Amino acid sequence: MADEVCFRTLHLASPWSLSAYESVGGYQVWRKLLKEKIKPEAIIDELKLSALRGRGGAGFPTGLKWSFMPRNAKGQKYIVCNSDEGEPGTFKDRDILRFNPHQLIEGMAIAGYVMGATVGFNYIRGEFFEPFERVEQALQEARTLGLIGKNILGTQVDFELHNVLGAGAYICGEETALMDSIEGKKGLPRFKPPFPANYGVYGRPTNINNTETFASVPVILQHGGKWFLELGKPNNGGCKIFSISGHVEKPGNYEVGLGIRFSELLSMAGGVQKGRRLKAVIPGGSSAPVLPAEIMMNLTMDYDALSKAGSMLGSGAVIVLDETTCMVKMLARIAHFYFEESCGQCSPCREGTGWMSRLLHRMEKGESKMGDIELLNSVADGIMGRTICALGDAAAMPVQSFLKHFKNEFEYHVTHKRCLIKDL
Amino acid sequence: MTVVLSHQAKLAIDAWLTKYPEDQRQSAVLFALKVVQEENGGWLTEDLMDMVAAYLKMPRIAVYEVATFYNMFELEPVGKHKICICTNISCMLKGSDEIVAHFKTKLGIDFGQTTEDGHFTLKEVECLAACGGAPAVQIGRTYYENLTPEKIDAILAELEGVK
Ligand SMILES: Cc1cc2nc3c(=O)[nH]c(=O)nc-3n(C[C@H](O)[C@H](O)[C@H](O)COP(=O)(O)O)c2cc1C
Ligand code: FES
Repeated sequence: MADEVCFRTLHLASPWSLSAYESVGGYQVWRKLLKEKIKPEAIIDELKLSALRGRGGAGFPTGLKWSFMPRNAKGQKYIVCNSDEGEPGTFKDRDILRFNPHQLIEGMAIAGYVMGATVGFNYIRGEFFEPFERVEQALQEARTLGLIGKNILGTQVDFELHNVLGAGAYICGEETALMDSIEGKKGLPRFKPPFPANYGVYGRPTNINNTETFASVPVILQHGGKWFLELGKPNNGGCKIFSISGHVEKPGNYEVGLGIRFSELLSMAGGVQKGRRLKAVIPGGSSAPVLPAEIMMNLTMDYDALSKAGSMLGSGAVIVLDETTCMVKMLARIAHFYFEESCGQCSPCREGTGWMSRLLHRMEKGESKMGDIELLNSVADGIMGRTICALGDAAAMPVQSFLKHFKNEFEYHVTHKRCLIKDL
Repeated sequence: MTVVLSHQAKLAIDAWLTKYPEDQRQSAVLFALKVVQEENGGWLTEDLMDMVAAYLKMPRIAVYEVATFYNMFELEPVGKHKICICTNISCMLKGSDEIVAHFKTKLGIDFGQTTEDGHFTLKEVECLAACGGAPAVQIGRTYYENLTPEKIDAILAELEGVK
């Protein structure tokens, strides 16, 4: 039960090619929908049954999201794909773009049909020159076949798709900042409401999903929502790509059913490197609260289990830390990242991320004052829930969780002015 | 000195503009800045930004805002090869400290500096979404993954004959 959805062409020669994609049934769903004029509601029902949840980080049910779009509203509506992939630890969308671009295109076209949108934008992070070329080529092939464009296969359905590029800004992965970026502005998250379904790109109704979410859709509709649901577990349908990095023998992307035991996933990645002991795991990208080994080894990898354990599945980026890891250094680097990437709109985030970063940097170097740990915690608490977008929470949650589970290491740095791990 | 947008740049920007509604020319600004930056050896001057503003019919300040917000834009001269080293967590866990040190000693420069011969600039960047191949760097359009000091030596030699 691996590589069955977004990576289903991976075992073929030139997995990104049109012929590889067609050989696994690619574009069949799109052709069928158009030919049989299948009702959009029926597709949404199938997605609801599949329990597909957003793969970008928040895990929002996709079928429900699609039902929010006012499909019959007059005027232009848009479909946007979030290929900004910036959450540290995450590297799955890059592989979908490189190795299975046609499936993303088909997924977006289906979305356009279901939500009555005739234009789509695939927003790809600026550093992805090579993946961009791949998707451009695939798009050209789809246009040549008449599967994308005007009056598709003579059915009077239009769907035009454009790949666009960012220019280096993590915040542009936040959906409304991304929309500002498409419009040629700084990527500043917008207040919600209004939500994108009513006010998105150019102020028009817009649906936005992650690359992996869209790319899952054609397979769901090909094999049925029930099939997909059963790849995972109730409320957590399907396969998910886990990007495993850090201290494992075989880092990489693993597409497996949701609900897999963490211990099993870890063995797939060759186990902890150099035969060392597992110390902790950040299970869903750098924003996700860290969990100690004892908790992780008893967990299954799905949205519900991780959230019950006090963390989150996020983007599916699993960062593995072995026993030699200094948690103070780790957290200092994470805090630096959020400080660098805060857009600066909200004071708690703009000021708080820098403050946390400086406190942690000082702590790592053994220059902390007594009380710095309490101060750090209170700065994090002061950011949490007080910002326009979730970057603030994303910066605060690592701090709170590292201090909760590994406080002794921080105390050691403060009182001994040295690193506990090095002293062991 | 008056500079004008090159014919090539105009063609590229015009082609890109077809992606957006006609009254939304500003949408192409990120792309346009990339095009002129590349033509200018990797960095943006005020003149170039002003030209882009005029071409896309947007206020100059709006172009400056974009150019200063996104970190792939450079407002100072850079070397022929901009080496962007990821030091974020997955790369750090796989030894990016060592990679950074090796580049710095080998080239004799720090982050944000350019070698005297103008060949190389070192830049620290955030996660490149290549964490499975950590430690990773981007040079120009290319990603280099699973780096070791030996691999770095080979890459530098290939790029510029650095020994
Ligand atoms: C700071 C920040 C960065 C984000 N970065 C990404 C990203 O790189 N890719 C992504 O798909 N979603 C990202 N998201 C989540 C998006 O806002 C949005 O929830 C997602 O694209 C919705 O798609 P989904 O429902 O298919 O997951 C980010 C959110 C925040 C707050
Ligand atoms: S942490 Fe370096 S590429 Fe992701």
